[in-house]
Amino acid sequence: MNELNQVVFSNIDNKDPWTIDSYINSGGYEAWKRILTNKSDSYLPENITQTIQDSGLRGRGGAGFPTGLKWSFMPKEDTQKYIVCNSDESEPGTCHDRDILKFNPHALIEGIAIAGYAIGATIGYNYVRGEFIDECYPRIENALNEAYQRGFLGKDILNSSIDFDLFNFLGAGAYICGEETGLLESLEGKQGKPRFKPPFPANYGLYGKPTTVNNTQTLASVPMIIKNGSEWFKSFGTEKSPGTIIFSVSGHVNNPGNYELPLGIPFNKLIEYSGGILNGQKLKAVIPGGSSTKVLPSHVIEGCTMDYESLQQAGSSLGTAAVVVIAEGTCMVNLLKRISRFYFAESCGQCTPCREGTGWLYRILDRITKGKGKASDLELLVDVANRIEGNTICAFGDASAWPVQSFIEHYYEEFEYMVKHKGKTKAA
Amino acid sequence: MPLLNKEIKEEIDLWVQKFPEGKQRSAIIAALHSVQHFNQGFLTSELMNEVAEYLDVPKIQVFEVASFYSMFNTQHVGQHEISVCTNISCMLRGSDEILDHIEKRLQIKSGESTTDGKIFLKKEEECLAACTGAPMLMLDHQYIENLDIKKVDEILDALEKKQ
Repeated sequence: MNELNQVVFSNIDNKDPWTIDSYINSGGYEAWKRILTNKSDSYLPENITQTIQDSGLRGRGGAGFPTGLKWSFMPKEDTQKYIVCNSDESEPGTCHDRDILKFNPHALIEGIAIAGYAIGATIGYNYVRGEFIDECYPRIENALNEAYQRGFLGKDILNSSIDFDLFNFLGAGAYICGEETGLLESLEGKQGKPRFKPPFPANYGLYGKPTTVNNTQTLASVPMIIKNGSEWFKSFGTEKSPGTIIFSVSGHVNNPGNYELPLGIPFNKLIEYSGGILNGQKLKAVIPGGSSTKVLPSHVIEGCTMDYESLQQAGSSLGTAAVVVIAEGTCMVNLLKRISRFYFAESCGQCTPCREGTGWLYRILDRITKGKGKASDLELLVDVANRIEGNTICAFGDASAWPVQSFIEHYYEEFEYMVKHKGKTKAA
Repeated sequence: MPLLNKEIKEEIDLWVQKFPEGKQRSAIIAALHSVQHFNQGFLTSELMNEVAEYLDVPKIQVFEVASFYSMFNTQHVGQHEISVCTNISCMLRGSDEILDHIEKRLQIKSGESTTDGKIFLKKEEECLAACTGAPMLMLDHQYIENLDIKKVDEILDALEKKQ
């Protein structure tokens, strides 16, 4: 059996899969139509939420929180509620939401509509990252217009007395807006500075109203789960990590790409799909879930399966399933310096440990690579990272600390060598 | 003379309609995209003031958005914008050499514009979510992937010929 592309990308090889006709021909909008026209109890909002909960679908944006459980947090009171899709894809190494927006926008629209119905939201916003302005945005905006023209969105949809309006929103370049409360601030037209929690968005979200924020891939998985049932979704993946996930494999492989595969696939098999390590080189390390997750040396990752539990046991996390492959010969000090520059540049600045700490991390690493490092710098790096971790409003601070802690843990001798040899790398 | 033309105003109006009544602040980002586009890629204080006035929001709310988001340029920049991603996936596939080549050929550093005002090389571009096509750059919002030096030279040649 071909394991590739069984849920989110199941229609991806069809002609022009982004058009509504192509999507409908492959069974698209079937789930939404059933909800709108079928009066049986199984399509009540709470039962839709239950189906998603039973399916074991977890948020694909990095945190892996159970999606159905998140939906169930929404209050039952009769007030304006919102569903917000997080298409602000910007975790370094991650590029699968871009492909969903480009090639399967209707699966996303259908998923947002179903989620909105399940949580009692009559309005949805799809927050698309600003840099997608000329590529993905016209595609998803066009798909949205098509969905309205066919009567799948709007008021009293297909005479069901169900209302749902969806709008696309465009950001303007800020990694922090991928954090769900930073995103809500941005959607309100403010600087994307994350909010202190609690209250969580389910109680105080967009414009202070109950809101659920889900990632693009998460929502694009929903129509197929509703159409085929939670048991079907659970037939892929492992018991604790059911379903499929799109791995963005980048870096030192022969065929970088987005591969939708069942969770729990052995790491080595994922590398086979990606054409093997670039030019037959030897694997050195892998960042398994985007730059915010901890690096794993080859001997550790080679024994892993690619799912939430296995990578957690190995000391890292599945994150966004952005697998950055690093071959022998790569200088880990330089690589960490580049990662730290990213967090320094993207810190929103509202929490002191993060705003100041990310600058410290970058400057210390910069001086080490320029041959001006001191023997005490390695301890200082870990000390600064430890003081950021857990001391900020949002997880960005932790995300800036984890790479530093893990790179130094696994590649201490490379850092030490560079300090001793005035900026000369031990790698290569 | 008002700085916002009819086209910009119509675009802003469409965005305002996406949000509940009284929540026109949500349209600031879209309004700034639109204004920047019509003003050859950068914002001025006068333009930002006009946006604030048109949306009926305090000026500071527009300034703080313009200064926070990396796609907004509040300084005069060259006509065409090149952003080279140098984050890890691109770095592992040689983006430093790509950036170095562009800087040498254009005789500018990232963050600067060419003296003829034609090309702006954006500073510190972060991951643009095209990691499987690394190395890549963005030219005026267009993604160009799987770069090598030859491809970069072709892009720059074509840009230099463009009027």
